[in-house]
Amino acid sequence: MTDTAPNPLRDPRDKRLPRVAGPCVLVLFGVTGDLSRKKLLPAIYDLANRGLLPPGFSLVGFARRDWDHQDFRQIAYEAVKEHARTPFREDVWEHLSEGMHFVPGEFNDPGAFDALAMAVKELDASRGTGGNYAFYMSIPPKFFSTVTEQLQRSGLADRSENSWRRVVIEKPFGHDLKSAQELNDIVHRVFPEESIFRIDHYLGKETVQNILALRFANTMFEPIWNRYHVDHVQITMAEDIGIGGRAGYYDGIGAARDVIQNHLLQLLALTAMEEPTSFSSEAVRAEKAKILSQVRLPDDLSLATARGQYAAGWQGGVKVAGYLEEDGIPQSSTTETYAAVKLEIDSRRWAGVPFYLRTGKRLSRRVTEVAMVFQKAPHQPFSQTDTEELGQNALVMRVQPDEGITVRFGSKVPGTSMEIRDVNMDFAYGESFTESSPEAYERLILDVLIGDPPLFPRQEEVELSWRILDPVEEHWASQTKVDQYKSGGYGPESSDAMMARDGRVWRRL
Amino acid sequence: MNIDLTNTTTRRIQEALTQARHVMGGPAVGMVLTLIIVTDESAQYDAVRAATEAAREHPCRVLTVISRDARGSSSRLDAEIRMGETGPGETVLLRMYGPLAEHADSVVVPLLMPDTPVVTWWPGGRVPKAPASDPLGALAQRRVTDSYAARDRLGTLARLAEVYRPGDTDFAWTRITNWRSLLAAALDQDHDEITGGEVSAEPDSPSAELLAAWLEVRLGVRVVRASSDGPGITGVRLVTKSGDITVSRPDGRVATLARPGQPDRQVSLQRRPMADLLAEELRRLDPDDVYQDAVTRFAKDLSAATAPQDAKAEAEAADRAADKGADKGGAAKKAAPAAPAKRSGSSK
Repeated sequence: MTDTAPNPLRDPRDKRLPRVAGPCVLVLFGVTGDLSRKKLLPAIYDLANRGLLPPGFSLVGFARRDWDHQDFRQIAYEAVKEHARTPFREDVWEHLSEGMHFVPGEFNDPGAFDALAMAVKELDASRGTGGNYAFYMSIPPKFFSTVTEQLQRSGLADRSENSWRRVVIEKPFGHDLKSAQELNDIVHRVFPEESIFRIDHYLGKETVQNILALRFANTMFEPIWNRYHVDHVQITMAEDIGIGGRAGYYDGIGAARDVIQNHLLQLLALTAMEEPTSFSSEAVRAEKAKILSQVRLPDDLSLATARGQYAAGWQGGVKVAGYLEEDGIPQSSTTETYAAVKLEIDSRRWAGVPFYLRTGKRLSRRVTEVAMVFQKAPHQPFSQTDTEELGQNALVMRVQPDEGITVRFGSKVPGTSMEIRDVNMDFAYGESFTESSPEAYERLILDVLIGDPPLFPRQEEVELSWRILDPVEEHWASQTKVDQYKSGGYGPESSDAMMARDGRVWRRL
Repeated sequence: MNIDLTNTTTRRIQEALTQARHVMGGPAVGMVLTLIIVTDESAQYDAVRAATEAAREHPCRVLTVISRDARGSSSRLDAEIRMGETGPGETVLLRMYGPLAEHADSVVVPLLMPDTPVVTWWPGGRVPKAPASDPLGALAQRRVTDSYAARDRLGTLARLAEVYRPGDTDFAWTRITNWRSLLAAALDQDHDEITGGEVSAEPDSPSAELLAAWLEVRLGVRVVRASSDGPGITGVRLVTKSGDITVSRPDGRVATLARPGQPDRQVSLQRRPMADLLAEELRRLDPDDVYQDAVTRFAKDLSAATAPQDAKAEAEAADRAADKGADKGGAAKKAAPAAPAKRSGSSK
């Protein structure tokens, strides 16, 4: 697509018109995986149902299965029926499924990639997809190099002047700085940086934009968003589930690499960064990179980190196995399922304000939030007994499950005596905004097809995040013991002890 | 929770709302706007249903104003409060009898959510003469009419164009967002200069007129209206040197996009339910300048098409515009002389 002349039908004042992707083929590697069935295929249907996919849009599945097109369509049909967000419409499905094709093959089989190249060329001719291909790698990172090499060899990666190639890779982006750089080199050999889209499916665009809007569209928060008012910040992602069937992926990776490196550090960057000069992708990324490069680890990591593995127990009324008892996990595993880290930011705004990051599996409930905990009032005109129950004010940006804002402050208990206690005030982004607002994957896929990259982390951010986390992983690798914590609880005691050393406590999940 | 208050006052309605909210634990917190629906008993059910559905995306207080028997001599106000059953937000049905029906704004004003936007919507055929100066319209940032439901559709739309104030909008415009989006996407690709266009639709379709007017404004070419048997809009043709770019939708469900030198492509292009239209209207509360451009152009074209033919007819059309909806589709015949002003019961 060349932008020779502006489209006369597009008008910046015309806010009703959505951006619609241009003609293209999406090639999905790893189409048999869980993610494809539960998220990607339904999201593609939802986009089609909302009229955001171009006429003639085609989807090619590639996997090691002996399927023909019909089998693939049937699998996709079931996935869509079960998981799509929007109502099922026969018309929409019919036209979407006409463009669904399947190419069977191994990743190291040149013949299969030649067949794939033939298939997409045929689609260009029969469905007018214009030679634009997006490759979605829903596959383990160890296959990235094989697949990218095959794409190059088969000519699929070569683009002509008027078409584009994009490649989508999902976290984890490596497992440390070195491997992230290697991975990057592999992909870069074939694709330039601007056509690489790194997807962190935990962090939807809606969330990011909500945080940016809260911080930078309002006047009442900015004046207190600094070390003079904020005591500390807690960034939490808690899950109530265990590792499920992901033993092969999870063991050796662990909670910190899985969640802190990408998701929590991105939330930290968005919370702590300065105002970008504009909301263009470049400006937002520049601010994120700046704040990530200012993050500093405390000197003694044994005092500033905590980790644990969930032990057998009861979670939400169900008896559950411990991490070491899960299928496919060796008894000697020291992989953590809970990780907490204390970070500091060397800047005028944040000097002396610790950022506590924690994530864990099999905790009491599922929640993702960023909590700004404010300092206590320097002086209370009330007596000690009046304010005994008064904690610290807090502003909480809830990311999941019900997105919104919570403000915690003190309020007088009704009655004649003076008693001040913490209360919560909630704003939800519409009780059912979750229902109608686009799922994160829809936004991500649409952004890829349109070619709009603002919220995808760039290689620089990935590397900066690994620079932060690598020393922590090295420190843990030198330890032999991993704390066990009760399933369905609040995490290991060492984590609470880490907070207690600073005279603070975690917000109760 | 359902509360019925007969022969009541706004004070009592307010108290009932506050009390219900306390009992239910505060569902009104976080409501983003007040939606006033001006309707009658027959259209009330569908409108409230659509509003309830739209409230899932935009939690709001819905005030439904139903005037009953305005000729009666004694005023009476009956209220029905619905909360917490159908979704977020709360719905109040206000039935007004007698002279009170003329002063509905006095009932509505105390019940607006404080300091949040107000949207007034006239579903069904009750299109006000001038939305912005209507007492209930004047309260609102956004005024939503539906000229398609009026008896004289095109005349109504032309009249709405004349009295346009920022914040006005019409469902005839909302209905074509899908079409506009598809056409805009088609022109995102490289194409030759467009030299003309054509919109075909069932006769007497305000949406088709707006689509044609919008294309004229944006493309700077003449776009003619052709009549077809519908349903709704059936096709758009953009003429370029290398051939036509066409979108055709003969069945109201599936559109085919054809471009010179490329295979035909099909895409689902559904006619949208009322709740979808309303949700779209509630998404943006700022004035829709693009609608203004299109509706103004439509009104200009309509009067240009009418004027030279017969000065008398124009005077008649003006009369008709003043006497809202009294006549059936007179002006429409002038705009689309090829076809009789056929009416179908289906909504677009």
